[in-house]
Amino acid sequence: MKLDDVQRIAHLSSLDLSQAEAEAVLPQLQAVFSLVAEMQAVDTSGLQPLAHPILFLRDLAQPLRLDQVSETDHRVENMQSAPAQQDGYFLVPRVIE
Amino acid sequence: MSWHKTPIALMAKALAAKEVSSQELTQYFLERIKAGQRWNAYLDVNAHLSLEQAAIADSLISSGKSSRLTGIPVAHKDVFVTRGWKSTAASKMLANYVSPFDATVVANLGLPTEQNPHGAGMVCLGKTNMDEFAMGSSNENSAYGPVLNPWNAEHVSGGSSGGSAAAVAAGLAPIATGTDTGGSIRQPAAFCGITGIKPSYGRVSRYGMIAYASSLDQAGPMGKTAEDCALLLTAMSSHDLRDSTSLADSGEDYARYLNQSWQAGSSSAKPLEGLRVGLPKEFFAEGLAQDVANAVQAAAKALQDLGATLVDVSLPKTKLSIPVYYVLAPAEASSNLSRFDGVRYGHRASEYRDLSDMYKKSRTEGFGAEVRRRILIGTYVLSHGYYDAYYLQAQKIRRIIAADFQAAFKQCDVILGPVAPDVAWRLGEKSKDPVQMYLEDIYTLSTNLAGLPAMSVPCGFSAQNLPIGMQLIGNYFSEAKLLQVAHQYQQASDWHLRQASEVA
Repeated sequence: MKLDDVQRIAHLSSLDLSQAEAEAVLPQLQAVFSLVAEMQAVDTSGLQPLAHPILFLRDLAQPLRLDQVSETDHRVENMQSAPAQQDGYFLVPRVIE
Repeated sequence: MSWHKTPIALMAKALAAKEVSSQELTQYFLERIKAGQRWNAYLDVNAHLSLEQAAIADSLISSGKSSRLTGIPVAHKDVFVTRGWKSTAASKMLANYVSPFDATVVANLGLPTEQNPHGAGMVCLGKTNMDEFAMGSSNENSAYGPVLNPWNAEHVSGGSSGGSAAAVAAGLAPIATGTDTGGSIRQPAAFCGITGIKPSYGRVSRYGMIAYASSLDQAGPMGKTAEDCALLLTAMSSHDLRDSTSLADSGEDYARYLNQSWQAGSSSAKPLEGLRVGLPKEFFAEGLAQDVANAVQAAAKALQDLGATLVDVSLPKTKLSIPVYYVLAPAEASSNLSRFDGVRYGHRASEYRDLSDMYKKSRTEGFGAEVRRRILIGTYVLSHGYYDAYYLQAQKIRRIIAADFQAAFKQCDVILGPVAPDVAWRLGEKSKDPVQMYLEDIYTLSTNLAGLPAMSVPCGFSAQNLPIGMQLIGNYFSEAKLLQVAHQYQQASDWHLRQASEVA
């Protein structure tokens, strides 16, 4: 991993790292990835990935509910922690000029 | 009466016999919380709300509508969203966030209402400190300062459920909830000398639990005794239609075996006759502190004295659980934490150029260093060109790790080992080097990867008088059996009854 990679993944992560911050985090990430490199020696050919512990035991059926209205209107409560709002809408900076 | 030294099993009896009221108990703990602020165990306390709940609990008791835990105070890890109290996950990102709804765990334990008729009627004491978004092993990653260990204030409480562990150990709550993604219930329980259990994945609803790594996160109780944990887990666990991974076979009486012998007809001196305890050689290898090894070996001997047989087993991929976990958990975290964009809730930067800049600045300001680091790791391992080598490879090894446990469980009923390689370290000792801290999770990560239940039980003290915990791991859905073994051990030992001298 190089400094360019840090800035690239910071962008993909929607994080804004200064040059100094990227330089500080680089050796930490390198240390993590040298630990992670130990995985490469394991022969996993023919193995299915295990995305979820329950899948080790059984198939995970997708639970479905009846197509009925179950929720009531919680608009006011749901918006009580909004950083900015107007007329009952979440307010964001203009995206179309 | 020293209520802070009283297990909830006895508190329930005192409440039922009207020897004490819920309001008196709640007031008692609120005063202790106020006097015990130095531990930094709580992030939000609201005495008025707690006492209001206690008054309702008292009226339920006097009108005969109470259930077993009605009126007993409980503290919630700040990862569970609660109405009335702030829910911050110890992040600046969620400073002042108030949830419009209760997590299922909070509702299950809370007062019964029309929408929630099965509420246990417990009283919320407040929200406990934790590592930010549950990412950490020492509680030093909280945006609101570290939790201090009640056994020695210069040492960490463990993490990420450090506030819950310290609150119980310091007598600031009779019992508390925690969550465990890679050891976050068991390790702080061990470091603070209390008992905790992470149930099988799917036993406890994750609805309203602020997500870190969804295929690993699981909530559980942290208390003074195995019996207390069994009582709380019974009330916490339920099949929840709001969590697609919640198992239909949840919700059982986890206390049902506590006072039984392992097999019918055993003598009372040998209640664990027939129990096979597996000791994985990889859990006693290089890197384990000598006093921890000694304490766990002594616990094995104690189980043997109770009738159990010890067998050697092997979990060959134990060491690899660290890289596997530190690929998978950050990958899931990077996805889960993408919801924090400064639009609907959470921190928004005060200055920005446009929408994209607002996202970036809000997230960078709102997240702490460890959370940012894990998001970066997770984004990298999921990115084009690296996915197969890291993420997919980790998931394949995860299958081997889960299969290794099944091989071991052919030879034994429970697995015994240490919870952590050492006792609670000094504040700041490992915070400069993240990898150093990750290595401390070696004995706890594999059970989360496999989804197995595991618990931490006090089993001794180090030379510096810091608590040591033993870990008991069971096969899927064997919580009641694990708790039975722990309870029988606690009938024959008193480590769990020791109280820190600084805690009067």
